[in-house]
Amino acid sequence: MENAQTLAGQTFVNPSMDSRPTLLEVRDLKVEFNIRGGVIKAVDGLTFDIKRGQTVGIIGESGCGKSVTARAILRMIPKPGRITGGQILYYRYSRYPDRDGAKKDVEVIDLTTLDPDGELIRQIRGGEIAMIFQEPMSSLTPVYTAGTHLNEAITLHRLLPIKRLGDQMVEAITKYRRVTKEEARQIAIEMLRRVGIPKPEQRVDSYPHQLSGGQRQRVMIAIALSTEPYMLIADEPTTALDVSIEAQILDIMRELQQTANMAIMFITHNLGVIASMADEIVVMYMGKQVERAKVVDLFYHPKHPYTQALLQSVPRLGPKTGARLASIEGMVPDPLNLPTGCVFHPRCPAFMPGKCDKLIPSWNKVGENHWARCLLYEE
Amino acid sequence: MAVAAAPLTQAKKKEIGQSYWDLVWYRFKKNRLGVLGAILLIALYGSFVALPEVISPYALENRSNFVEAPPTAIRLIDEKGQLRAPFIYGLERKIDPVRRLRTWELDTDRKYPVRLFVQGDEYKLFGLIPMNIHLFGIEADQSEQRIFLLGSDALGRDYFTRIMYGGRLSLMIGLLGQFLTLVLGTTLGVISGYYGGAVDMFVQRFTEFLSAFPNIPLFMALSAAIPVFWPPTAVYFMLTIILAFLGWGGLARQVRGLILSLREREYALAAKSFGASDWRIMFRHLLPGTMSHVIVIATLSIPGMILAETALSWLGLGLRPPLTSWGTLLQDAATIRAIRFTPWLLWVVPPILLTILTYNMLGDGLRDALDPYSGR
Amino acid sequence: MAGTSQNGKKGDILLQVNGLKKYFPIQKGLLRRVIGYVKAVDDVSLYVREGETLGLVGESGCGKTTASRSIIRLYEPTAGQVLFRSRVLSPDGQPRMVNLLELNREQMTKVRQEIAMIFQDPINSLNPRMTVADIIAEPMVIHGKYEKGRSEEIIVNLLQRVGLRPDHLRRYPHEFSGGQRQRIGIARALALNPRLVLCDEPVSALDVSIQAQTLNLLQDLQQEFKLSYLFVAHDLSVVQHISDRVAVMYVGKVVEMADSEALYTNPLHPYTEALLSAVPKPDPLYKSERIIMQGDVADPANPPSGCYFHPRCRYAIDRCKTEAPAFRELKPDHWVACHRAEELQLRGI
Repeated sequence: MENAQTLAGQTFVNPSMDSRPTLLEVRDLKVEFNIRGGVIKAVDGLTFDIKRGQTVGIIGESGCGKSVTARAILRMIPKPGRITGGQILYYRYSRYPDRDGAKKDVEVIDLTTLDPDGELIRQIRGGEIAMIFQEPMSSLTPVYTAGTHLNEAITLHRLLPIKRLGDQMVEAITKYRRVTKEEARQIAIEMLRRVGIPKPEQRVDSYPHQLSGGQRQRVMIAIALSTEPYMLIADEPTTALDVSIEAQILDIMRELQQTANMAIMFITHNLGVIASMADEIVVMYMGKQVERAKVVDLFYHPKHPYTQALLQSVPRLGPKTGARLASIEGMVPDPLNLPTGCVFHPRCPAFMPGKCDKLIPSWNKVGENHWARCLLYEE
Repeated sequence: MAVAAAPLTQAKKKEIGQSYWDLVWYRFKKNRLGVLGAILLIALYGSFVALPEVISPYALENRSNFVEAPPTAIRLIDEKGQLRAPFIYGLERKIDPVRRLRTWELDTDRKYPVRLFVQGDEYKLFGLIPMNIHLFGIEADQSEQRIFLLGSDALGRDYFTRIMYGGRLSLMIGLLGQFLTLVLGTTLGVISGYYGGAVDMFVQRFTEFLSAFPNIPLFMALSAAIPVFWPPTAVYFMLTIILAFLGWGGLARQVRGLILSLREREYALAAKSFGASDWRIMFRHLLPGTMSHVIVIATLSIPGMILAETALSWLGLGLRPPLTSWGTLLQDAATIRAIRFTPWLLWVVPPILLTILTYNMLGDGLRDALDPYSGR
Repeated sequence: MAGTSQNGKKGDILLQVNGLKKYFPIQKGLLRRVIGYVKAVDDVSLYVREGETLGLVGESGCGKTTASRSIIRLYEPTAGQVLFRSRVLSPDGQPRMVNLLELNREQMTKVRQEIAMIFQDPINSLNPRMTVADIIAEPMVIHGKYEKGRSEEIIVNLLQRVGLRPDHLRRYPHEFSGGQRQRIGIARALALNPRLVLCDEPVSALDVSIQAQTLNLLQDLQQEFKLSYLFVAHDLSVVQHISDRVAVMYVGKVVEMADSEALYTNPLHPYTEALLSAVPKPDPLYKSERIIMQGDVADPANPPSGCYFHPRCRYAIDRCKTEAPAFRELKPDHWVACHRAEELQLRGI
């Protein structure tokens, strides 16, 4: 285990917002892309944590760095990009005893120090932290059936106990073995049933093109969940789907989360979806975390002007007011040439001349479990 | 509602108002191999097509008694070990009494300095300006001594000169043939892809018929149809047309494929929604979208054309003497006897290889450069 | 659809579509034998009044985009009638109803001055090889209305009107962000002073903050240029925000059409009800029992019998399986295609 630490002696940057044990802690994460013309700070100083069984939503517009964050956790950042700072601490709960049968405690692994092609990250990736993507069409290989996709994940990551009769004539689990092909198929069918695919015994042999968009996304979820991960990273999982299918998928995700006590990192730009899914929300703008709060606080008492404007700019279903939408003026800045001071100041309705364009705001606590990166809240 | 433009970085400022082709140029310049290919190609065409008369020391059909003379070495050190200005020794004909062969030996008593820009055979530069200056040569009576950089052939003609002149036809046939292919292939490809249905069916079946037909017999039949009494230039153009006729099918098919995907692009639909005619949509909106691919395909298939000419002429099906091309020169080198006694006749091969390599370098560079919206 | 003009409270009817059908043949084999049809648009009837916005909503694959494209014959409709109150085709300049599907090529080209289109994809709908000036000028060039100087002035004005700067004229589409490109598309649509603009998901590819700007711009332009919109979208909140009336499509058919207010608060079709309940609300405290529609959208190549929605409908009765419901005007200006529309008490928002 590279860089493994024990839990004892760890200090927490973020006081716990939740009594559940921490699963993942991102501290001051920085990701940069070196491209022709300069350096893009795709993620700049991101700090949050996810508890076991908790759903953390990350919202922001395209290019704000939310998907890069997800990929950074799994160490799958595409080429010119690299992690240039910060830590991603993963609290690894051992699932299976070691070969000698001894059960291990929680160990803390800094994912940023792992070799992105190493053995350990490959065990974690897919096995303990699973991911589903936006586009269900291109995430499945067209020449393999749904079952083949599932089998691959199951045989790679799942172990079954070898049961023995112990001293007191009780079944004791002493060792684990890999699943057989037939067992994997049974698990695959069971998983498809759990994500609500009708006739899973038949559907397991379907090719991706024989499935509808909603069914494909269900298969993706089944694959992600088949390894019983501790955490699921969902990167815009319903953006490509219709509302009726979206409602089904969100329902399934909520249900599975409760039964499996799985943490979810839910990335989206859709405020409606996030309101119904997340416990806690991180708002990102141009690679920076601008606000973090519990979901109700964020929707009812947003502190950062960007969050406020974002919430006001979405049309809402309801009695028609005929009013114009409050829109955020201007455009998303060029990531190669970010504004000085606060990156949001050229579009900000609460712009304070001489301050916002000069000073870089820090991460201020603005309430119970509520932080915002804005000079309005600076002492 | 004022909208501030996104602030621009240095790199981006350079791209303001730049067309697609400006961007292509920008990207192409960064590809060293591609640029090298382009420079070499310009040099090749410059020397072989535009200036062979200047570069070669003699006229194309200037025969001499120096039959099958080996390449002349240009020397700097004489027989006494003294350093001198570049010179060559004289050649003397000897008969090998044992093997009964004619051989050429050096006469170290006769020395001829090699000069730049010497006067020699008359020619017309670019077919217009009468001149007699040659890039290099020796100042001696042509019957007394000549310089043969790459040897001479069975009629005593300078082989270097022949390669230079031969390049003109071979390189031009590639360009001309490809140009005809391009016109034929893209036009039919665009029409076939845009209209679909019966038109598409007909064009596609026709290209399949053409490509299914064995090439060599078809070519034999077509070239046999060229009357023997036609002047060499007519034969040359006929050959170009035949090559293009055989080559357009593949291009048409690729263009059709591109058009099929482009015509579903919303800008084609947008043009249609504003009432644009089919002609306008095809040639103003769709065709430019295929040009990048077409140029790459064309660049990469010119070598094929050149090789086809070479191969066919070598088989005696293409150009025939008195026309001189690399193919007809290869024909001279194609006997065992030639390889045994006059191996320098194989010097026509390196320019062919060089041409094909440079085209491929250029083509690869263009392929990378012509897609400037990707990988940024 | 008779008697639609009875309700003259707003404007006259500008566009009336009756029984529009567009079937795409499914071909198979070497001889391209037709083995079936994808009924992408299967009996669409709707109308747009002058100066109003009709929202056309539905899930992906329901045929809303095909319907809008069939209206201006980007796709040749299989059957139906598209009546448009045209000015350019009338000899005396007085608007007169013409059936677009009966026009010849030349007349159709002329009518295209009056009906413009805005496309979904801001990247694909602008030709990457043309400058902004060329793109906006193109409709004028096509109709022979481009004059040096005067037209350039019009283009600059349009550009400023949609929030771009005159120095953007010589640039190429790739130099702009998604929202700016959509503005270019809007400027192009307005170049010929159209009366009807077909907006095909104009904001769905844009970011939330840009979406709001664009919607506001479309509303301002409607006021200023007296435009009528047919606004095709899948986002019910966006459609409610911008539309005066809304038509809901399901598998090629319009199942309900009504005043926006009436449709959202008092839906008459079970599909509309389910769709409204499925929309995620940006409010974490909003708790309602969502109607989760079972199964997937029906396949337009092989639709179910009777009412296409019956396999997913929780109110379906035997009659729904066998008999297709007619599209009828149940209340004034409220059209619905459901056998049980009278008896059901459906929930709106």
